[in-house]
Amino acid sequence: MASYILKRVLWGLLTVYFIATATFVAMHSVPGDPIMGAKAMSPEIRANLERRYGLDQPLGVQYGIFLANMARGDFGISYTQQNRSVNDIIREHFPVSALLGILAVVVATAGGILFGSITALYRNKRPDRLIMLGVILGISVPGFVFAALGQFGLTELNALSGREVLPVGGWGTFSHMVLPALVLGLGTMAFFTRLMRSSLLEIVSQDFVRTARAKGLSPVRIFFSHQLRNAILPVITILGPAIATITTGGFVVESVFAIPGLGRYFVQAVQQLDYTVIMGLTVFYGAFLVFMVIAVDIVYGLVDPRISLGKET
Amino acid sequence: MEMTPALPRMHEREVGTHPDFLPAGRRTAAQVISRPSLTYWEDAWLRLKRNRQALASLGIVSALLLLTLVGPLFWRVDPAAQELNRISESPSFGVRARVIEEPGTYEELTRSDWPESPAAPERALEIPRAIGLLDEPSILAVRLRWEPVEGAAGYVIYRSDRAPEGAGSYGVPVGEVLGGNRLSYEDRFNLSPGEYYYTIVAKNGMEADRGITRKVVLEPGISLADAQLLRADARVGEILSLPSHPLGTDYLGRDLLARLMAGARISLFIGILAPLLWTFTGVLLGGFAGYAGGRVDGVLMRVTDLVMALPFLLFMILFKVVLGGGPGESGIVPMLLSMVVLSWTGPARLARGQVLQLRESEFIQASRLLGASPAWLLFRHLLPNTLGVILVSLTFSIPSAIFTEAFLSFIGMGVVPPTPSWGSMCNDGIQRFLTYPHEFLFPAVFISVTVLAFNLLGDGLRDALDPKMRSVS
Repeated sequence: MASYILKRVLWGLLTVYFIATATFVAMHSVPGDPIMGAKAMSPEIRANLERRYGLDQPLGVQYGIFLANMARGDFGISYTQQNRSVNDIIREHFPVSALLGILAVVVATAGGILFGSITALYRNKRPDRLIMLGVILGISVPGFVFAALGQFGLTELNALSGREVLPVGGWGTFSHMVLPALVLGLGTMAFFTRLMRSSLLEIVSQDFVRTARAKGLSPVRIFFSHQLRNAILPVITILGPAIATITTGGFVVESVFAIPGLGRYFVQAVQQLDYTVIMGLTVFYGAFLVFMVIAVDIVYGLVDPRISLGKET
Repeated sequence: MEMTPALPRMHEREVGTHPDFLPAGRRTAAQVISRPSLTYWEDAWLRLKRNRQALASLGIVSALLLLTLVGPLFWRVDPAAQELNRISESPSFGVRARVIEEPGTYEELTRSDWPESPAAPERALEIPRAIGLLDEPSILAVRLRWEPVEGAAGYVIYRSDRAPEGAGSYGVPVGEVLGGNRLSYEDRFNLSPGEYYYTIVAKNGMEADRGITRKVVLEPGISLADAQLLRADARVGEILSLPSHPLGTDYLGRDLLARLMAGARISLFIGILAPLLWTFTGVLLGGFAGYAGGRVDGVLMRVTDLVMALPFLLFMILFKVVLGGGPGESGIVPMLLSMVVLSWTGPARLARGQVLQLRESEFIQASRLLGASPAWLLFRHLLPNTLGVILVSLTFSIPSAIFTEAFLSFIGMGVVPPTPSWGSMCNDGIQRFLTYPHEFLFPAVFISVTVLAFNLLGDGLRDALDPKMRSVS
């Protein structure tokens, strides 16, 4: 177990190193240079600026400094915002994104398990058909369409009821979070519902369920303590990739709802070609996602006794 | 070949003498195969045909392809052509408009006997006593005039497309004149046929609470200069039918249908070509790794592990920044390249697994024993047997590619304007979604329907092609 975790963590670190290197190489092969966009400047000022950002060093040295800084958790200073370090940006805006993401994951998981169970219980009956229609829609409609439609619906609702039922955009109180979290979790919820349904249907015909029924357990008891617990496992497996989907989905939702999260910041940085912010946030997001997947895998091993970690792979 | 299925013997009295119910002849050999033998693909096609959802999706997909390829032959509107006086117009058919003269020079109405900037009065400002029009209003210009208000140092002009229900609902302030003796205003801002309610509110430092409202109805019209672009001999007063826009126009006055068809080309081009490319690359590499085995396999699989660990959309954005698209480029090639570099790993693993599994199977061993060459094994046995699974994975990757393109274009990291794609059209449309929903909804519906069709088709193909992966339902 310990050796498995160690192995996964080391492999994760290697991946993060690879991400950092790829980011560095990618950003340094962009045509032009970061201070090119600034106003016309004298050679002295330019040299000063280059010194400040370490751009006067040879590429190899820059790479070394970059890696050393990353290892210390120092992501550098923004090019477009004076005296603002990437760490400040992360510290200020990541909690917002994280809160939104956690809410969306909760919405997706809870909704997926609930709706998946309903479809499996009412297999091929009307509730099943209805929910599965919703699932197909949820998988096929892009997140930004849900975001726009949700916002539109809310505007109409607010206008109809003559008061602000829920705010249409912005951030601050819980009421600001409801719609964005719902919209962000919707696609993943559809996916979870489908997964939950097929996994429940598979379990219905398993021996231990038949045994439980033969023992005379009540259907409710069978469902909750035998079927549900086992059917949830596949949902946990794909929680890692789902978190990645929700994180990147946040870029769009944060932009549409004007939420001051890290995702909106990342999109802005990309549009303004703010090199250090792009590099820093890519490595940060990369490391976050890689270790999220590892954490989920470890939790999965703990939850499912049939899997002994370390023996697989 | 005529064949009679063997029936159990029955009492003749019960079933009469219908030939179907006569006892089967003893000579019918039990071993004769009663149905024609089907190849794998014939069987798959039969299964697919039975799946109504999949057939419908196949129809939708074909219709979309037809729309992209054949559509522009019938709808010959230039997707880049602008009609600046018909911006963000709702879907319309056969709009007819009167050719109108460009209104003459606007001369402001002033009263020399009235003070320009009087001192602020003690009492609240009054409502102008009357509001009128300087000349015939048209969609080119609306010229208002009103009676002066005592103590006013200026007037604010409000416009609304709904009848105001008292103070505070006068609409948007379209303009303001400074000076109590200036008594007219010309509105040329974004006029379109329909009803407008203009309200004049007097002002001196503070605005008065209430104003006087007048309704102005504008007929569809087209200026002589614009009409002559459509038909050289157009004359003032004649009724002209304007080009119709079945899906409306966008914020730059471009025909939405033409742009959707042009956008479909880009979106479907990327959405279909990218998966083809990355599946091909992946199958080639994965198949090779599986076939070669040993160290080559080990190295290649570690590489796929690494690439798979990269956060996909993050690196799509990064690559897009790097490969970027200079001026005048559409940004399609960078997007294709980045998708291939980041996505070949899935099919590679799939192909490798299949090859590893098949390599040890009996029929391959038999074929090898019979002296088959590696090429024969590969093309006759390995490839056809993996093709089904790979085709299914290909179908499922098309929606994800379309999604990726839409996502990137939506956050402004995809194709570069003015090249239209469904995603970038959504991005253009969402900013005006609350006022002009059609600009956002049409591309959004197209994306959703396409992805839906490919998803359902993928489900159908999986059920038809891959007996091991049949969905539970």
